[in-house]
Amino acid sequence: MKYFVLLAGDGDVGPWDQLSPEEQEATFAKFGAFDEACGKRAGVETLAGEALQDGSTATTMRTRGGESTVTDGPFAEATEQIGGFYVIEAPDLDTMTDLCRILPPYDIEIRPVVDMG
Amino acid sequence: MTSKSDQSSTWADRTIAETYRADWGRLLSLLVARTRRLDLAEDALSEAFARATERWPTAGIPGNPAGWLYTTASRVVLGQLRSEAIHGRKARLLAVSTDWIQPTATGDIGDLDDERLAMVLLCCHPALHPAARSPLALRLVIGTTTEDIARLFVVSRATMAARITRAKKKIVAAGIPLSAPVGNELRTRLDDVCRTIYLAFTAGYAPASGPDLLRTELAGEAVELAAVLFRLVPDSPQVQALYGLLLLQHARRGARVANGRLITLAEQDRSLWRQDEIRTGTELIVDLPFGVGYTEELRLQGLIAVEHARASTAYDTHWPTIAALYARLETLTGSPIVRLNRAVAVGESEGPQAGLDVIDGLDDALANNHRLHAVRADLARRAGKTRLARTAYHAALELCTNEVEQRYLTHRLATLDPPNP
Repeated sequence: MKYFVLLAGDGDVGPWDQLSPEEQEATFAKFGAFDEACGKRAGVETLAGEALQDGSTATTMRTRGGESTVTDGPFAEATEQIGGFYVIEAPDLDTMTDLCRILPPYDIEIRPVVDMG
Repeated sequence: MTSKSDQSSTWADRTIAETYRADWGRLLSLLVARTRRLDLAEDALSEAFARATERWPTAGIPGNPAGWLYTTASRVVLGQLRSEAIHGRKARLLAVSTDWIQPTATGDIGDLDDERLAMVLLCCHPALHPAARSPLALRLVIGTTTEDIARLFVVSRATMAARITRAKKKIVAAGIPLSAPVGNELRTRLDDVCRTIYLAFTAGYAPASGPDLLRTELAGEAVELAAVLFRLVPDSPQVQALYGLLLLQHARRGARVANGRLITLAEQDRSLWRQDEIRTGTELIVDLPFGVGYTEELRLQGLIAVEHARASTAYDTHWPTIAALYARLETLTGSPIVRLNRAVAVGESEGPQAGLDVIDGLDDALANNHRLHAVRADLARRAGKTRLARTAYHAALELCTNEVEQRYLTHRLATLDPPNP
């Protein structure tokens, strides 16, 4: 099945710009280890994965009654901390949680992608 | 005088009931493991039991009742799959982990321990809502009816049915797999499983709302679940502790209510306690080595239950030992409920005033807990502090929603010494 993995909050990692260069490097190393583990695991394939710029760069579009408005900022306060995402093919949820433990300790949401097949 | 058909119908009903109790979980686990269709398997097995109820009284009981039920349920599933294929529908299969070995289609249905354990672990998966785990385990592993589960957790049947359905949907949609975890992974997951079963058990004994104080038979379902788990993983200390503890507590069921009145431990007729269960439970508990974490919590609670069971009359209870065990449990858990229980034990071993001292400082943590006030009231009454007792009984009654316990409190309040003139 396909999973959408959202790095939804800073968690134990803390805000990126407050990390020391060593901490940033260690965090990068964990992303590297995650990529490597996904590559080695049977039945697992990373289909997409990107880091996002911070919430202050977000633009939100809303459409109400056919009228669309464009505003500055993220969709909701809770989404300010979203740091990136992956789309990963994996056999099951336990495989996903197992792999995500390798990532830096962000708060992570794992959601199945709708199967259109 | 009963006719022959009445007799065979009774016989068939009894066989069906026994098979349901003994084999529901095994049959369902096997069906799920083979078809990977959680939704269809459960309905199909219910359908098979319904057909047995219709057919066996007249056609006779088949030589292998469980085998007949399995074959019938399999055919129902196959029929469903065919109809889905015709209509071009493709349902998502239950995920299975990569180390999972699919049971062979022709295999013996006698020994299914792995499948059953996988089913227990599936129901208690941390990705499921905590409130759904025990209901799901009772439903799928033991076959408790949704109606009974609803009664156990004091919610409406519709609410419980929705909760169970949602959990089953999540399992399939999120890809929570049937798996056979080993080593550390299994140990971690077993903590969740034990918590789940203990929750189901305490729901049966918890003074909740409604007229039946103890849903004893339903608590028995949780004991049964623990028994199954203990058979599946006999070398796990937390499972051994859980099973022992539940046996010891459940052994007192016959003595806990009489004439709709709650009978406190001190007043219980101890000849009604099940000695065989107490023996087994005691052996399981005292055999355990010192543990850590949740295992140790269960073991300490088990030792407390052993201590109560050991006393042939309430008077013989060795309260200092119990108070010391509660103190260790309190250090381990930091739980205000444990402290409240310690207050009761201290009240017995060192006197009611010492018990009242232990309660001090619990008012914030247990503000809405009627037991805090009920315990304070009893201790105050024994300490001769009638005015405090009266206030506390009133506070307890205000918060208590269980009718049987309300009667107990009202009775106590009414028989308090009159205030000094």
